[in-house]
Amino acid sequence: MINLDTITINSRPNIFSTTPQLSRANHWDHFLARLGYKRSQHCVEPGLYAIGNPSPDSPVFVTANYTLSFDALRSNLNGIDGYILVLDTNGVNVWCAAGKKTFSTEEIVLRVTATQLKKVVNRHVLILPQLGAPGVAAHEVKKRTGFKVEYGPVRATDLPEYLKTRQATSVMRQVNFPLRDRIILIPVDFVHLILPTVLAALVFYFFLGGLLPALAVLAVLFSAGILFPILLPWLPTHNFSTKGFFLGFLTALPFALSVFIRHPDWTWYHQAGQAFGFLLAMPAVVAFISLNFTGSTTFTSKTGVRREMFAYLPAMAWIFAAGIILNIAFAFIR
Amino acid sequence: MYNSYSVNTLAYNAELCNGCGMCVAVCPHAVFEMNERKAHLFQPLACMECGACQLNCVTGAITVESGVGCAAAMMRAALLGLPEAECSCG
Repeated sequence: MINLDTITINSRPNIFSTTPQLSRANHWDHFLARLGYKRSQHCVEPGLYAIGNPSPDSPVFVTANYTLSFDALRSNLNGIDGYILVLDTNGVNVWCAAGKKTFSTEEIVLRVTATQLKKVVNRHVLILPQLGAPGVAAHEVKKRTGFKVEYGPVRATDLPEYLKTRQATSVMRQVNFPLRDRIILIPVDFVHLILPTVLAALVFYFFLGGLLPALAVLAVLFSAGILFPILLPWLPTHNFSTKGFFLGFLTALPFALSVFIRHPDWTWYHQAGQAFGFLLAMPAVVAFISLNFTGSTTFTSKTGVRREMFAYLPAMAWIFAAGIILNIAFAFIR
Repeated sequence: MYNSYSVNTLAYNAELCNGCGMCVAVCPHAVFEMNERKAHLFQPLACMECGACQLNCVTGAITVESGVGCAAAMMRAALLGLPEAECSCG
Protein backbone atom coordinates (compact mmCIF):
# COMPACT_ATOMS: atom_id res chain seq x y z
CA MET A 1 0.00 0.00 0.00
CA ILE A 2 1.24 3.48 -0.76
CA ASN A 3 0.63 6.45 1.44
CA LEU A 4 -0.95 9.21 -0.63
CA ASP A 5 0.44 11.87 1.72
CA THR A 6 3.96 11.10 0.66
CA ILE A 7 3.33 11.72 -3.03
CA THR A 8 4.47 15.09 -4.25
CA ILE A 9 2.08 15.74 -7.11
CA ASN A 10 4.21 18.53 -8.55
CA SER A 11 7.26 16.36 -9.06
CA ARG A 12 7.94 14.93 -12.49
CA PRO A 13 6.48 11.47 -13.12
CA ASN A 14 9.03 8.78 -12.40
CA ILE A 15 9.22 6.37 -15.32
CA PHE A 16 11.37 3.22 -15.33
CA SER A 17 12.36 1.70 -18.61
CA THR A 18 12.27 -1.88 -19.82
CA THR A 19 12.73 -3.88 -23.00
CA PRO A 20 10.99 -6.85 -24.63
CA GLN A 21 14.20 -8.89 -24.38
CA LEU A 22 14.47 -11.54 -21.68
CA SER A 23 17.94 -12.12 -20.26
CA ARG A 24 19.44 -15.37 -19.00
CA ALA A 25 18.85 -14.07 -15.49
CA ASN A 26 15.15 -13.68 -16.33
CA HIS A 27 14.92 -17.25 -17.61
CA TRP A 28 16.70 -18.54 -14.50
CA ASP A 29 14.25 -16.59 -12.34
CA HIS A 30 11.33 -18.15 -14.26
CA PHE A 31 12.81 -21.60 -13.73
CA LEU A 32 13.08 -21.04 -9.97
CA ALA A 33 9.56 -19.59 -9.82
CA ARG A 34 8.20 -22.71 -11.53
CA LEU A 35 9.91 -24.83 -8.86
CA GLY A 36 8.25 -22.73 -6.19
CA TYR A 37 11.66 -21.63 -4.88
CA LYS A 38 11.27 -18.46 -2.74
CA ARG A 39 7.79 -18.31 -4.06
CA SER A 40 6.84 -14.81 -2.98
CA GLN A 41 10.11 -13.20 -3.99
CA HIS A 42 9.80 -13.08 -7.78
CA CYS A 43 8.87 -9.43 -7.75
CA VAL A 44 9.17 -6.42 -10.02
CA GLU A 45 9.18 -2.88 -8.64
CA PRO A 46 5.61 -1.54 -8.98
CA GLY A 47 5.24 1.67 -11.00
CA LEU A 48 5.26 2.96 -14.55
CA TYR A 49 7.61 1.54 -17.19
CA ALA A 50 8.32 2.71 -20.73
CA ILE A 51 8.90 0.05 -23.37
CA GLY A 52 10.28 1.00 -26.80
CA ASN A 53 9.97 4.72 -27.48
CA PRO A 54 6.49 5.64 -26.28
CA SER A 55 4.80 8.97 -27.04
CA PRO A 56 1.86 10.47 -25.12
CA ASP A 57 -0.43 8.68 -27.59
CA SER A 58 0.98 5.22 -26.85
CA PRO A 59 -1.11 2.53 -25.15
CA VAL A 60 -0.84 1.69 -21.44
CA PHE A 61 -0.76 -1.96 -20.39
CA VAL A 62 -1.46 -3.01 -16.81
CA THR A 63 0.07 -6.05 -15.13
CA ALA A 64 1.02 -7.61 -11.78
CA ASN A 65 4.43 -7.27 -10.17
CA TYR A 66 5.17 -11.00 -10.49
CA THR A 67 8.18 -11.53 -12.76
CA LEU A 68 6.41 -14.21 -14.83
CA SER A 69 3.47 -11.83 -15.45
CA PHE A 70 5.59 -8.78 -16.20
CA ASP A 71 7.96 -10.74 -18.45
CA ALA A 72 5.12 -12.45 -20.32
CA LEU A 73 3.73 -9.02 -21.10
CA ARG A 74 6.93 -7.23 -22.13
CA SER A 75 8.32 -10.11 -24.16
CA ASN A 76 5.18 -9.97 -26.30
CA LEU A 77 5.50 -6.24 -26.94
CA ASN A 78 8.39 -6.57 -29.38
CA GLY A 79 8.28 -3.59 -31.72
CA ILE A 80 5.43 -1.95 -29.81
CA ASP A 81 5.97 1.39 -28.08
CA GLY A 82 3.97 1.78 -24.90
CA TYR A 83 3.76 2.05 -21.16
CA ILE A 84 3.43 -0.72 -18.61
CA LEU A 85 1.71 0.07 -15.32
CA VAL A 86 2.87 -2.49 -12.77
CA LEU A 87 0.49 -2.92 -9.82
CA ASP A 88 1.70 -4.05 -6.41
CA THR A 89 0.24 -7.55 -6.09
CA ASN A 90 2.90 -8.82 -3.66
CA GLY A 91 4.58 -10.84 -6.38
CA VAL A 92 1.43 -12.80 -7.24
CA ASN A 93 0.24 -13.41 -10.80
CA VAL A 94 -2.65 -11.47 -12.35
CA TRP A 95 -5.43 -14.05 -11.99
CA CYS A 96 -4.63 -15.13 -8.43
CA ALA A 97 -4.05 -11.52 -7.38
CA ALA A 98 -7.43 -10.54 -8.83
CA GLY A 99 -8.98 -13.34 -6.75
CA LYS A 100 -7.20 -12.04 -3.66
CA LYS A 101 -8.21 -8.45 -4.61
CA THR A 102 -4.68 -7.12 -4.71
CA PHE A 103 -5.02 -6.69 -8.47
CA SER A 104 -7.97 -4.41 -7.85
CA THR A 105 -9.87 -1.23 -8.59
CA GLU A 106 -8.32 0.26 -5.45
CA GLU A 107 -4.77 -0.58 -6.47
CA ILE A 108 -5.29 0.78 -9.99
CA VAL A 109 -6.63 4.06 -8.60
CA LEU A 110 -3.65 4.36 -6.24
CA ARG A 111 -1.11 3.45 -8.92
CA VAL A 112 -2.57 5.77 -11.58
CA THR A 113 -2.41 8.61 -9.04
CA ALA A 114 1.05 7.76 -7.72
CA THR A 115 2.61 7.54 -11.18
CA GLN A 116 0.80 10.69 -12.36
CA LEU A 117 -0.24 8.77 -15.43
CA LYS A 118 -2.53 11.59 -16.59
CA LYS A 119 0.53 13.77 -17.15
CA VAL A 120 2.20 11.06 -19.19
CA VAL A 121 -0.45 10.00 -21.70
CA ASN A 122 -3.15 11.82 -23.66
CA ARG A 123 -5.41 8.84 -24.30
CA HIS A 124 -6.90 7.81 -21.00
CA VAL A 125 -7.25 4.11 -21.66
CA LEU A 126 -5.82 1.21 -19.66
CA ILE A 127 -5.44 -2.16 -21.35
CA LEU A 128 -5.87 -4.83 -18.68
CA PRO A 129 -5.31 -8.54 -18.99
CA GLN A 130 -8.76 -10.15 -19.07
CA LEU A 131 -7.91 -12.28 -16.04
CA GLY A 132 -7.56 -9.13 -13.93
CA ALA A 133 -11.35 -8.70 -14.17
CA PRO A 134 -12.28 -10.68 -11.00
CA GLY A 135 -10.60 -7.90 -9.00
CA VAL A 136 -11.49 -4.84 -11.07
CA ALA A 137 -14.76 -3.03 -11.77
CA ALA A 138 -14.09 -1.23 -15.06
CA HIS A 139 -16.83 1.36 -14.49
CA GLU A 140 -15.46 2.16 -11.02
CA VAL A 141 -11.99 2.79 -12.43
CA LYS A 142 -13.49 5.13 -15.04
CA LYS A 143 -15.44 7.00 -12.38
CA ARG A 144 -12.51 7.38 -10.02
CA THR A 145 -9.60 8.01 -12.39
CA GLY A 146 -11.12 9.03 -15.72
CA PHE A 147 -9.31 6.12 -17.37
CA LYS A 148 -11.35 3.73 -19.46
CA VAL A 149 -10.56 0.08 -18.79
CA GLU A 150 -10.25 -2.12 -21.83
CA TYR A 151 -9.98 -5.85 -21.18
CA GLY A 152 -7.39 -7.31 -23.53
CA PRO A 153 -6.87 -11.00 -24.26
CA VAL A 154 -6.22 -13.65 -21.60
CA ARG A 155 -2.76 -14.47 -22.95
CA ALA A 156 -0.08 -11.85 -23.62
CA THR A 157 0.90 -13.79 -26.76
CA ASP A 158 -2.36 -12.60 -28.34
CA LEU A 159 -1.59 -8.92 -27.68
CA PRO A 160 0.03 -8.04 -31.04
CA GLU A 161 -3.02 -9.46 -32.83
CA TYR A 162 -5.39 -7.75 -30.40
CA LEU A 163 -3.72 -4.36 -30.89
CA LYS A 164 -4.50 -4.41 -34.63
CA THR A 165 -8.26 -4.24 -34.05
CA ARG A 166 -8.64 -3.69 -30.29
CA GLN A 167 -11.08 -6.59 -30.41
CA ALA A 168 -10.44 -9.91 -28.71
CA THR A 169 -11.78 -12.97 -30.48
CA SER A 170 -13.69 -15.56 -28.45
CA VAL A 171 -10.62 -17.80 -28.61
CA MET A 172 -8.50 -15.02 -27.06
CA ARG A 173 -11.11 -14.71 -24.29
CA GLN A 174 -11.16 -18.35 -23.25
CA VAL A 175 -8.97 -20.02 -20.68
CA ASN A 176 -8.10 -23.64 -21.30
CA PHE A 177 -5.77 -25.99 -19.49
CA PRO A 178 -3.62 -27.69 -22.11
CA LEU A 179 -1.08 -30.44 -21.46
CA ARG A 180 1.80 -27.97 -21.57
CA ASP A 181 0.32 -25.88 -18.75
CA ARG A 182 -0.50 -28.95 -16.68
CA ILE A 183 3.08 -30.18 -17.00
CA ILE A 184 4.52 -26.77 -16.07
CA LEU A 185 2.51 -26.89 -12.83
CA ILE A 186 3.80 -30.30 -11.71
CA PRO A 187 6.95 -29.20 -9.81
CA VAL A 188 5.25 -26.54 -7.64
CA ASP A 189 3.06 -29.13 -5.89
CA PHE A 190 5.55 -31.97 -6.24
CA VAL A 191 8.27 -30.29 -4.16
CA HIS A 192 5.89 -30.12 -1.20
CA LEU A 193 5.13 -33.83 -1.47
CA ILE A 194 8.72 -35.09 -1.60
CA LEU A 195 9.63 -34.79 2.10
CA PRO A 196 6.48 -36.43 3.58
CA THR A 197 6.70 -39.16 0.93
CA VAL A 198 10.33 -39.98 1.67
CA LEU A 199 9.65 -40.04 5.41
CA ALA A 200 6.65 -42.32 4.97
CA ALA A 201 8.63 -44.60 2.64
CA LEU A 202 11.46 -44.89 5.21
CA VAL A 203 9.02 -45.70 8.02
CA PHE A 204 7.44 -48.45 5.94
CA TYR A 205 10.82 -49.76 4.81
CA PHE A 206 12.31 -50.08 8.28
CA PHE A 207 9.30 -50.72 10.52
CA LEU A 208 6.13 -51.58 8.65
CA GLY A 209 6.60 -54.32 6.09
CA GLY A 210 9.76 -53.52 4.17
CA LEU A 211 10.43 -52.82 0.53
CA LEU A 212 7.05 -53.42 -1.09
CA PRO A 213 5.02 -50.91 0.97
CA ALA A 214 7.90 -48.41 0.74
CA LEU A 215 7.77 -48.69 -3.05
CA ALA A 216 3.99 -48.32 -2.88
CA VAL A 217 4.44 -44.96 -1.14
CA LEU A 218 6.77 -43.78 -3.92
CA ALA A 219 4.32 -45.04 -6.54
CA VAL A 220 1.54 -43.00 -4.94
CA LEU A 221 3.69 -39.86 -5.18
CA PHE A 222 4.50 -40.53 -8.84
CA SER A 223 0.90 -41.30 -9.67
CA ALA A 224 -0.78 -38.41 -7.84
CA GLY A 225 1.98 -35.85 -8.33
CA ILE A 226 2.94 -36.47 -11.94
CA LEU A 227 0.50 -38.76 -13.74
CA PHE A 228 -2.66 -37.13 -12.42
CA PRO A 229 -2.00 -33.62 -13.81
CA ILE A 230 -0.94 -35.12 -17.15
CA LEU A 231 -3.90 -37.50 -17.48
CA LEU A 232 -6.54 -35.17 -15.95
CA PRO A 233 -8.86 -34.71 -18.96
CA TRP A 234 -8.70 -38.38 -19.92
CA LEU A 235 -9.42 -39.92 -16.53
CA PRO A 236 -13.06 -41.04 -16.25
CA THR A 237 -15.78 -39.21 -14.23
CA HIS A 238 -16.08 -35.47 -13.49
CA ASN A 239 -14.88 -35.25 -9.94
CA PHE A 240 -11.21 -35.06 -9.02
CA SER A 241 -11.70 -37.50 -6.14
CA THR A 242 -13.16 -40.23 -8.33
CA LYS A 243 -10.57 -39.62 -11.03
CA GLY A 244 -7.96 -40.02 -8.28
CA PHE A 245 -9.53 -43.22 -6.95
CA PHE A 246 -9.49 -44.65 -10.46
CA LEU A 247 -5.84 -43.75 -11.08
CA GLY A 248 -4.91 -44.93 -7.59
CA PHE A 249 -6.59 -48.28 -8.17
CA LEU A 250 -4.55 -48.80 -11.36
CA THR A 251 -1.41 -47.84 -9.41
CA ALA A 252 -2.22 -50.30 -6.62
CA LEU A 253 -3.03 -53.27 -8.89
CA PRO A 254 0.57 -54.36 -9.56
CA PHE A 255 1.32 -54.17 -5.83
CA ALA A 256 -1.73 -56.24 -4.94
CA LEU A 257 -0.89 -58.85 -7.61
CA SER A 258 2.75 -59.01 -6.59
CA VAL A 259 1.68 -60.28 -3.15
CA PHE A 260 0.34 -63.47 -4.74
CA ILE A 261 3.41 -63.91 -6.93
CA ARG A 262 6.01 -63.20 -4.28
CA HIS A 263 4.37 -65.21 -1.52
CA PRO A 264 2.72 -68.32 -3.01
CA ASP A 265 3.41 -70.09 0.29
CA TRP A 266 1.16 -67.76 2.34
CA THR A 267 -2.37 -68.72 3.32
CA TRP A 268 -5.08 -67.23 1.10
CA TYR A 269 -6.33 -64.83 3.78
CA HIS A 270 -2.82 -63.58 4.43
CA GLN A 271 -2.32 -62.91 0.71
CA ALA A 272 -5.76 -61.30 0.35
CA GLY A 273 -5.27 -59.18 3.46
CA GLN A 274 -2.03 -57.67 2.13
CA ALA A 275 -3.42 -57.24 -1.36
CA PHE A 276 -6.53 -55.44 -0.08
CA GLY A 277 -4.32 -53.24 2.06
CA PHE A 278 -2.71 -51.88 -1.12
CA LEU A 279 -6.00 -51.72 -3.03
CA LEU A 280 -7.59 -49.57 -0.33
CA ALA A 281 -4.85 -47.34 1.08
CA MET A 282 -3.14 -46.35 -2.19
CA PRO A 283 -6.24 -45.15 -4.11
CA ALA A 284 -7.41 -43.17 -1.05
CA VAL A 285 -4.16 -41.21 -0.90
CA VAL A 286 -4.03 -40.65 -4.66
CA ALA A 287 -7.65 -39.42 -4.51
CA PHE A 288 -6.82 -37.01 -1.68
CA ILE A 289 -3.82 -35.49 -3.48
CA SER A 290 -5.85 -35.32 -6.70
CA LEU A 291 -8.63 -33.43 -4.91
CA ASN A 292 -6.00 -30.94 -3.80
CA PHE A 293 -5.12 -30.29 -7.45
CA THR A 294 -8.46 -28.44 -7.89
CA GLY A 295 -6.85 -25.17 -6.83
CA SER A 296 -4.21 -25.46 -9.56
CA THR A 297 -6.73 -25.86 -12.36
CA THR A 298 -8.42 -23.13 -14.36
CA PHE A 299 -12.03 -24.21 -14.13
CA THR A 300 -13.23 -25.52 -10.73
CA SER A 301 -15.89 -23.54 -8.85
CA LYS A 302 -15.98 -23.08 -5.09
CA THR A 303 -19.44 -24.63 -4.94
CA GLY A 304 -18.34 -27.70 -6.87
CA VAL A 305 -15.17 -28.24 -4.85
CA ARG A 306 -17.04 -27.84 -1.57
CA ARG A 307 -19.66 -30.38 -2.66
CA GLU A 308 -16.92 -32.74 -3.80
CA MET A 309 -15.14 -32.46 -0.45
CA PHE A 310 -18.30 -33.26 1.49
CA ALA A 311 -19.05 -36.18 -0.79
CA TYR A 312 -15.65 -37.87 -0.80
CA LEU A 313 -13.39 -36.77 2.08
CA PRO A 314 -15.02 -39.05 4.70
CA ALA A 315 -14.82 -42.01 2.32
CA MET A 316 -11.15 -41.29 1.65
CA ALA A 317 -10.39 -41.26 5.38
CA TRP A 318 -12.23 -44.55 6.09
CA ILE A 319 -10.83 -46.37 3.08
CA PHE A 320 -7.32 -45.17 3.89
CA ALA A 321 -7.62 -46.25 7.53
CA ALA A 322 -8.94 -49.68 6.57
CA GLY A 323 -6.15 -50.18 4.03
CA ILE A 324 -3.37 -49.09 6.37
CA ILE A 325 -4.65 -51.29 9.20
CA LEU A 326 -4.83 -54.30 6.90
CA ASN A 327 -1.40 -53.62 5.47
CA ILE A 328 0.29 -53.16 8.83
CA ALA A 329 -1.57 -56.04 10.49
CA PHE A 330 -0.61 -58.50 7.79
CA ALA A 331 2.96 -57.24 7.70
CA PHE A 332 3.35 -58.64 11.23
CA ILE A 333 1.43 -61.89 10.83
CA ARG A 334 3.97 -64.46 9.80
CA MET B 1 -21.74 -40.88 -11.74
CA TYR B 2 -22.05 -38.07 -9.16
CA ASN B 3 -20.87 -34.72 -10.48
CA SER B 4 -20.42 -32.10 -7.78
CA TYR B 5 -19.93 -29.45 -10.48
CA SER B 6 -23.47 -29.78 -11.80
CA VAL B 7 -24.66 -26.77 -9.77
CA ASN B 8 -23.25 -23.33 -9.03
CA THR B 9 -24.33 -19.98 -7.58
CA LEU B 10 -24.46 -17.96 -10.81
CA ALA B 11 -27.76 -16.11 -11.26
CA TYR B 12 -28.63 -13.75 -14.10
CA ASN B 13 -31.57 -11.41 -14.44
CA ALA B 14 -31.94 -10.64 -18.15
CA GLU B 15 -34.41 -7.83 -17.47
CA LEU B 16 -31.66 -5.71 -15.95
CA CYS B 17 -29.23 -6.22 -18.85
CA ASN B 18 -28.26 -3.06 -20.74
CA GLY B 19 -26.41 -4.96 -23.44
CA CYS B 20 -22.93 -3.57 -22.71
CA GLY B 21 -21.31 -6.96 -23.32
CA MET B 22 -18.88 -6.68 -20.42
CA CYS B 23 -19.82 -10.12 -19.04
CA VAL B 24 -18.95 -11.71 -22.38
CA ALA B 25 -15.61 -9.89 -22.39
CA VAL B 26 -14.51 -10.83 -18.88
CA CYS B 27 -15.70 -14.45 -18.69
CA PRO B 28 -12.86 -16.95 -19.21
CA HIS B 29 -15.26 -19.82 -19.90
CA ALA B 30 -17.74 -18.36 -22.39
CA VAL B 31 -20.64 -18.61 -19.95
CA PHE B 32 -22.42 -15.66 -21.62
CA GLU B 33 -23.08 -14.77 -25.24
CA MET B 34 -24.63 -11.69 -26.83
CA ASN B 35 -27.84 -12.13 -28.73
CA GLU B 36 -29.98 -9.24 -30.02
CA ARG B 37 -28.19 -6.68 -27.81
CA LYS B 38 -28.73 -8.69 -24.65
CA ALA B 39 -26.53 -11.11 -22.77
CA HIS B 40 -27.73 -14.69 -22.56
CA LEU B 41 -26.57 -17.59 -20.45
CA PHE B 42 -24.85 -19.81 -22.98
CA GLN B 43 -23.25 -22.48 -20.78
CA PRO B 44 -23.90 -21.64 -17.11
CA LEU B 45 -22.36 -24.89 -15.83
CA ALA B 46 -18.97 -23.83 -17.18
CA CYS B 47 -18.97 -21.05 -14.55
CA MET B 48 -16.06 -21.25 -12.09
CA GLU B 49 -17.46 -18.51 -9.84
CA CYS B 50 -14.53 -16.12 -10.30
CA GLY B 51 -16.90 -13.17 -9.92
CA ALA B 52 -15.55 -11.08 -12.80
CA CYS B 53 -18.95 -10.70 -14.51
CA GLN B 54 -20.73 -9.59 -11.35
CA LEU B 55 -18.04 -7.04 -10.53
CA ASN B 56 -18.10 -5.58 -14.05
CA CYS B 57 -21.89 -5.55 -14.53
CA VAL B 58 -23.01 -1.92 -14.10
CA THR B 59 -26.69 -2.74 -13.71
CA GLY B 60 -26.26 -5.56 -11.17
CA ALA B 61 -27.94 -8.11 -13.42
CA ILE B 62 -25.50 -10.85 -12.40
CA THR B 63 -24.91 -12.34 -8.98
CA VAL B 64 -22.50 -15.11 -8.07
CA GLU B 65 -21.00 -16.24 -4.79
CA SER B 66 -17.43 -15.80 -5.89
CA GLY B 67 -14.52 -17.64 -4.40
CA VAL B 68 -11.66 -19.91 -5.22
CA GLY B 69 -12.34 -23.54 -6.10
CA CYS B 70 -9.39 -24.89 -4.16
CA ALA B 71 -9.76 -27.89 -1.85
CA ALA B 72 -6.41 -27.23 -0.15
CA ALA B 73 -7.44 -23.71 0.85
CA MET B 74 -10.82 -24.87 2.15
CA MET B 75 -9.31 -27.69 4.22
CA ARG B 76 -6.73 -25.33 5.67
CA ALA B 77 -9.47 -22.88 6.60
CA ALA B 78 -11.54 -25.65 8.17
CA LEU B 79 -8.60 -27.01 10.19
CA LEU B 80 -7.50 -23.60 11.42
CA GLY B 81 -11.05 -22.51 12.14
CA LEU B 82 -10.87 -19.63 9.66
CA PRO B 83 -13.79 -18.42 7.57
CA GLU B 84 -13.93 -20.21 4.19
CA ALA B 85 -10.66 -19.23 2.60
CA GLU B 86 -10.09 -17.16 -0.49
CA CYS B 87 -6.62 -18.57 -1.20
CA SER B 88 -3.83 -19.82 0.96
CA CYS B 89 -0.83 -20.06 -1.33
CA GLY B 90 1.43 -17.39 -2.76
